[in-house]
Amino acid sequence: MSALFTIIHRDLLLVMRRKSEVLTALFFFVVVASLFPLGIGADAALLRKIAPGVLWVAALLSTLLGLHRMFAADYQDGALEQLALAPQPMVILVTGKIIAHWIVCGLPLVLLAPLIGIQFDLDTSSLYILMLTLLLGTPVLSLLGSVGAALTLGVRGGSVLMSLLILPLYIPVLIFGAGAVYANSVGLDISGHFSLLGALLILALAFIPWVSAAAVKIAIE
Amino acid sequence: MNQVNNSSFSNNRLINWFKLSSPSTFYPVAGKLIPIFWVLAALFGLAGLWVSFFVAPVDAVQGQGYRIIFIHVPASWMSMFIYLVMATWAGLGLVFNTRLSAMMAQSLAPVGAWMAFLSLWTGAFWGKPMWGAWWVWDARLTSELILLFLYLGFIALQASIDNPRRADKAGAILALLGVVNIPIIYFSVKWWNTLHQGASVSLTKAPAMAQTMFLGMLLMALCFWMYSIAVGLMRVRAIILEREAHTDWVRQLDEVKI
Repeated sequence: MSALFTIIHRDLLLVMRRKSEVLTALFFFVVVASLFPLGIGADAALLRKIAPGVLWVAALLSTLLGLHRMFAADYQDGALEQLALAPQPMVILVTGKIIAHWIVCGLPLVLLAPLIGIQFDLDTSSLYILMLTLLLGTPVLSLLGSVGAALTLGVRGGSVLMSLLILPLYIPVLIFGAGAVYANSVGLDISGHFSLLGALLILALAFIPWVSAAAVKIAIE
Repeated sequence: MNQVNNSSFSNNRLINWFKLSSPSTFYPVAGKLIPIFWVLAALFGLAGLWVSFFVAPVDAVQGQGYRIIFIHVPASWMSMFIYLVMATWAGLGLVFNTRLSAMMAQSLAPVGAWMAFLSLWTGAFWGKPMWGAWWVWDARLTSELILLFLYLGFIALQASIDNPRRADKAGAILALLGVVNIPIIYFSVKWWNTLHQGASVSLTKAPAMAQTMFLGMLLMALCFWMYSIAVGLMRVRAIILEREAHTDWVRQLDEVKI
């Protein structure tokens, strides 16, 4: 357990020493979301309708931006091999890295989303639902993304390839996340969407750290 | 229990099966099997096309246009089935570290991607006259599209890693992760109320169509199946030659010597 906290602490400390990378991903989220009203036009009814989808897609893309940082730097300077040699199981170390990634790249999106949502003229209840879906969904994005980041370690054109591998796997999260906000706005029951998002999160938490650990082991073999 | 007894009594047979997992013994066997599967594919294909064009009746609702089902449904079945087979081979390669299993997975990926593409393409041709749209964002269409992306991702990942052993293992992890999508495609028409019609054929109840239509579809599915095996074996032979080029037995082959 202390190994887990050590890894989280270390990764967060590394991020704090170089804040620009995190801020770039957040800024990207804001800019992408702001481009849509400019491209589509400022019709409030239309914006309200597309807001959940736009915000969710922007969240997917900005999560991708931070993913390559999860293992790549450690892989290049050899720290990842040293971590693999540690007596603690690889799963714990990978889980720590995933949690650190979520705190840096997922949690800020949850907190920023209502601000962008207001720009899209969403009402209060929609903003709450949006935040809740992001809170359930962004950990899944970090978890699934860790597999892609590990598989493409040290591969030519790795970050482009990673988005190709990971984005199709993100589709269910996108559908249920954006679907919940949309269903709420037209007055439909949203418990089903939340159950499915929660199921995705539980399944991902239960299996993905092991898959990622296996992928990291393959990369440093 | 039965199997344990069998293996202890007929040790020979067991060894023979494992012998085939070596590329050098599998290569000539595959070479002999390929013509058989091509002939079977041609026979099933001719019979299937004859039934589907001349014997099967005109559909009461959809008219002649429904006949694309004889390509569409087999292609969709094969796209899902090949993914399962590919993931199984990849998983076996990951667990037992056998070279041939990974080569099989690699050889099946393009065949499966082609089937998924064919399924989407014929689906578009069928959708235009029936639904009035080439494409709708329906659960089954979308999940089949994801399947195509998964195939392409698998191929891209394997192509971009230079070390073949690492490529095999990384591909295997991705393939196994994508298996989740197969039941989603298969059950999507049941779980969601969608535009795509329900399953045409089910294991638990009689097919909801005329016997001859079902026969045509079955023959075409067998044709696609044989075709996939034949093409898969041809590709795996090429992959074996590529990867085992440094070995003596490949240099001794007649087709390599020339």
